[in-house]
Amino acid sequence: RCLLNHIPKTRGGVGRRGYHASVLPSLVSTASPEFQARSMAMDELVRDLEEKMKRAREGGGLKAAERMRNKGKKLPRERLNLLLDPDSPFLELSTLAAHEVYPGEVIPGAGIITGIGRISGRECVVVVNDATVKGGSYYPLTVKKHLRAQEIARENGLPCIYVVESGGAALPHQANVFPDKEHFGRIFYNQAQMSALGIPQIAIVHGISVAGGAYVPAMADENVIVANQGTIFLAGPPLVKAATGEVVDVEILGGGLMHSSESGVTDHLARDDEHALVIARGIVGDLGKAGGRSVPPVQKAEDPLYPADELHGIVGTDVRQPFDMRDIIARIVDGSKFREFKKEYGPTILTGFAHIHGYEVGIIANNGILFSPSALKASHFIELCSQRQIPLLFLVNVTGYMVGSKAEKGGIAKDGAKMVRAVACADVPKLTVIVGGSFGAGNYGMAGRAYSPRFLWMWPNAKVSVMGSGQLSQVMTTVSKDPAQHASLKSEIENQSTAYYSTARLWDDGIIKPKDTRDVVGLGLGIVNRERMQSRGGRVGGSSTWDGDGKGFGVFRM
Amino acid sequence: EAHSLTTVRKPHFDKILIANRGEIACRVIRSARKLGIKTVAVYSEVDKDSLHVKLADEAYCIGPAPSAESYLRMDRIIEVCHRSGAQAVHPGYGFLSENATFSKKLAAEGIVFIGPPASAIVSMGSKSESKNIMSSAGVPCVPGYHGENQDPDFLFEKAREIGFPVLIKAIHGGGGKGMRTVTTPTQEAFNEALSSAKRESLKAFGNDTVLIEKYIERPRHVEVQVFADTMGDVVSLWERDCSVQRRNQKIIEEAPAPGLSPELRADLSSKAVAAAKAVNYVGAGTVEFIFDNDTQQFFFMEMNTRLQVEHPVTEMVTGLDLVEWQLEVAAGNPLRLHQAEIPLVGHAFEARIYAENPRNDFLPDSGSLLYLSTPEPTATFATPFPRVQSIAPSSALSTSSPANEPVDVSPSLRIEQGFTQGAQIGVFYDPMIAKVIAHGRDRTEALRLLRKALDEYHVVGVSTNVEFLRALAGNESFIAAEVETGFIKKHYSELFPAIQEPKPDLLVQAALYVVLRDQTNALNPSLGSPWQSLSSRRFGGDVHERSVTFLTENSEDTIVVRISSSAQRGYYDASVVKPNGETTTFKSIPAQLTSSTSLSSTIDSVLSRTTIVSQLPPPGVPASNSPNTTERLHIFCNGTTTTLVLPPPKWLLSLAGDVLSATAKRGIRAPMPSLVVEVKVKAGDTVEKGQAVVVLESMKTETVLRAGGKGVVRAVGCKNGEMVDEGKELVDIEFEESA
Repeated sequence: RCLLNHIPKTRGGVGRRGYHASVLPSLVSTASPEFQARSMAMDELVRDLEEKMKRAREGGGLKAAERMRNKGKKLPRERLNLLLDPDSPFLELSTLAAHEVYPGEVIPGAGIITGIGRISGRECVVVVNDATVKGGSYYPLTVKKHLRAQEIARENGLPCIYVVESGGAALPHQANVFPDKEHFGRIFYNQAQMSALGIPQIAIVHGISVAGGAYVPAMADENVIVANQGTIFLAGPPLVKAATGEVVDVEILGGGLMHSSESGVTDHLARDDEHALVIARGIVGDLGKAGGRSVPPVQKAEDPLYPADELHGIVGTDVRQPFDMRDIIARIVDGSKFREFKKEYGPTILTGFAHIHGYEVGIIANNGILFSPSALKASHFIELCSQRQIPLLFLVNVTGYMVGSKAEKGGIAKDGAKMVRAVACADVPKLTVIVGGSFGAGNYGMAGRAYSPRFLWMWPNAKVSVMGSGQLSQVMTTVSKDPAQHASLKSEIENQSTAYYSTARLWDDGIIKPKDTRDVVGLGLGIVNRERMQSRGGRVGGSSTWDGDGKGFGVFRM
Repeated sequence: EAHSLTTVRKPHFDKILIANRGEIACRVIRSARKLGIKTVAVYSEVDKDSLHVKLADEAYCIGPAPSAESYLRMDRIIEVCHRSGAQAVHPGYGFLSENATFSKKLAAEGIVFIGPPASAIVSMGSKSESKNIMSSAGVPCVPGYHGENQDPDFLFEKAREIGFPVLIKAIHGGGGKGMRTVTTPTQEAFNEALSSAKRESLKAFGNDTVLIEKYIERPRHVEVQVFADTMGDVVSLWERDCSVQRRNQKIIEEAPAPGLSPELRADLSSKAVAAAKAVNYVGAGTVEFIFDNDTQQFFFMEMNTRLQVEHPVTEMVTGLDLVEWQLEVAAGNPLRLHQAEIPLVGHAFEARIYAENPRNDFLPDSGSLLYLSTPEPTATFATPFPRVQSIAPSSALSTSSPANEPVDVSPSLRIEQGFTQGAQIGVFYDPMIAKVIAHGRDRTEALRLLRKALDEYHVVGVSTNVEFLRALAGNESFIAAEVETGFIKKHYSELFPAIQEPKPDLLVQAALYVVLRDQTNALNPSLGSPWQSLSSRRFGGDVHERSVTFLTENSEDTIVVRISSSAQRGYYDASVVKPNGETTTFKSIPAQLTSSTSLSSTIDSVLSRTTIVSQLPPPGVPASNSPNTTERLHIFCNGTTTTLVLPPPKWLLSLAGDVLSATAKRGIRAPMPSLVVEVKVKAGDTVEKGQAVVVLESMKTETVLRAGGKGVVRAVGCKNGEMVDEGKELVDIEFEESA
């Protein structure tokens, strides 16, 4: 393949050099039977993913949707659509949350829609209760998904918009919803702290917002309620009657007019859903300097030279099949240009600089088992990126660190630890995309969930577990003699290592189609590259422990 | 030899005043500029920003908006002449152009009136006098009997002399009353019609005196442009046909008149020259004839002693600048050309664009030109033709058609326009917006050019006759030159086809316009973060969809167009849901805005570039179901204009409802942009419920605003003659609590 074909002729900046030395070649044979077979397998997997997502998007189904419509309400996704800027992207998070988690119950998307979208020209985190699913009540994973969205907002300084219609905690699950540190109460704790950090908290009450749920609008900096539709109260009429004997109508107890004109719990009274969303867009338009600003990319985006479709045939669905990660990078980065660092050293890991949608990024990608040199090279590269303040992108396909006496003698534990330490303490935002396997300690070194990458996405073929299935079989035979038990444990672990199992439990931020990787990562870079507003305490984001470091209070509802 | 080259030519004026406004003022200024003559404009208060004021070297305000207080104020105009040092006044057409008093007053002040002598104006201003003069000069007049003798037998005898068919007309008649046509040449038929006409006339006007005239079944309006110098020389610049008229006013004119034989043309011209000579005419004049399509006879009607609106068609076919000729003559110079040297090349059309409503009996409209986009004119003046070799220079009276060698005509388009976007039309003055003039090698070419130009002439803000003119210029009978004064009536159904429901592809274009213009980076998709460049990407297979709801102006039913982004950036899927549930779907439409008013899209393999103009309601006016309180889209596509209303969302109507019910309790507001005709109350007055408070005029219709209850007038917020915007508070009334 002749590289000269790809010489950019008049590209700004690099034109003087005549051609770009770091353009990756494509050595993929798309006609080969192996490629075709892998491609077909991945196509099938992606189709299955689309099917599952389609079902999840339908929420609680047609009947529930019809009920909402008949009340003159917009559906949750219609509300979302009206809230976002026309023609702007929406980066939805964990669409398949709670997928096949609760036995006997289908809770599409965990009954909540979360994601990042543009409102009045600003990127915001949007949290929409899906009232078509169990009346929008909070299951344990609903809480987890809500908290994850807030975490993303906090880390990236994104204003939060809560589109509220929820009956509060799902009572049968209250033990896993209510009491613990990362449970329901954390939602309001986060709201209060983000408000204090200068991250605006906006709520729109479209329907019932009762008990704990009542605090979402009450804790918001500015809120909207739909007249004759939204209600906020600590206890509904039946409970009030039981408690005090007072017989009271819903509207009088907690309707929009009462709260807007008497209690002051709400700030804006909307005529209908559409009006409420228009008001909310206006509020976001008036956020001023709160919530930070997005920073434009350093250069103009350039498409990769090779089609993203080919990713399917390169990777396939069998995580044991090796592939050259450069072929992935070539289909993700701007102009397929990758300035590789320490190319000849520790070749089982790739490190280097590239641009995605114009944003600078330092890429760390696996090309085999991690040896000492690979770990040292990665650590060096992380230090470079930290010094230069260039965000890191981990493209993960790792079986783990090398084992055996030779490796142990060479200090693989020590060198692996260096890499893990570098990842943990990297002074730049991290993004992780698991494109193949992420096993064992390799998961730590490659910025797994425990290392708090700002975003973690999986491809549908990806696997995450303590070890790969090959090793697993071997380990089994050494620890147990019962072959039946081996088989069931092996299949259980294999089932637990799938992307669907992971995404259902919020171990990631969602499964993405390989073809979408470039765009999703680009949007993620757009988010992590934000200019943060300085909070009053001089610190931003960071620890959620709050013990008198001068960050002050948020906005009190008066 | 009067025309000898050795004659010393008199110099032009140094400075002239144009006692007019609009396109004709601009037209005169341009010719004067070409000749190095300085120009002085006069204007009324409302015209202070108009084009003629900007074009002129100097401009003077001569009074408030009403013509009687400005453009008709001779004293003020004369005063401006003195102040500015203008040596002559060009009156344009209308206003003071045929006012003999003005001409005399100017002469008394030593200022030249660029026009005929006062005597000619006076003679031609009187119908009966002009006919007598013409008859004696050998110019044919419509045969008839206008005498006192009302004896039926005598009248029948006269009718026979005139020749049937004849018209019996009450001398006080009008509006078709007291008028009968008699085709059967029998005493019986005549008497029956006569007594019936007399009866009706007596009833309607209290007088049964009738006159008898020749009845022309298929008349045409043919007029001859003449030019005369102070030495007594007169030439004809050939004829124009202005037959197609509405409300007795011309809307489309052409030169030469189609279907005239060279002999007939020569005859017409010589009669017109004779008419001019009979009144010692000077300058530009027009002799109007009624032409009988069936008998090819023509009769004198009247003479217009001014430069006419339609003079450009004559300029185009003769290659002359008639304003320049007027200035030459006024300066005392002889005519530039002999009759035999006057060219007649190609064919020219002029279409007059008016603010009016053709489907509503051509009633004038008024308002502001919110958007104006015109085709690119190719010429400002007529292109001069090579000088024709005079065959017989001495026979100045020979008005035979020019035996021209073929002259190559390059098609040209002229636009005479006195206004720019934002101007007010038709409120105080004539509602003509512009004239589009097309000149081609032959009639069909000129018409083709005219049609194209009309397709590209886009106006938003007032209703116009552009679409009607376009239909006229494309009408088969008109193309076949079957012109007559009754043309519009005769071809009414062809000229006014039933209004079509907007077609799905048009609705899709309108919806795409709405979707695209709301995209923040619609016109600048280049730089920025992926949050800008990735448009409406959803990553779970979801597609962003937007519903756009439309209303047509003549239906209550809403049409919904759903637009969703297809996989490829810049491509859209669309489905149109008609009120009856009928759905049309289009896939993968590439679409983009190429400017803020033009959409380029390919629907069903048809690439269209459509002009779409959004007309926003005046800010501050509460939304309602009335179309002028909401956004409207005007879509110009293939020569037709479609207006779609974007109905306000429910919540906005609900909010506006509160505002409206609150304001209804207090005072009276203008329901539409209008002219205050009369304020009938003053502060402190007590009004009763239903009492007339203010009379407004809008769209030439008066509206009386009445008090909604008993109350006291606290203040009056408008005055007579004022233009008020929609929603303006006119009178503040404090109603009694009980009301």
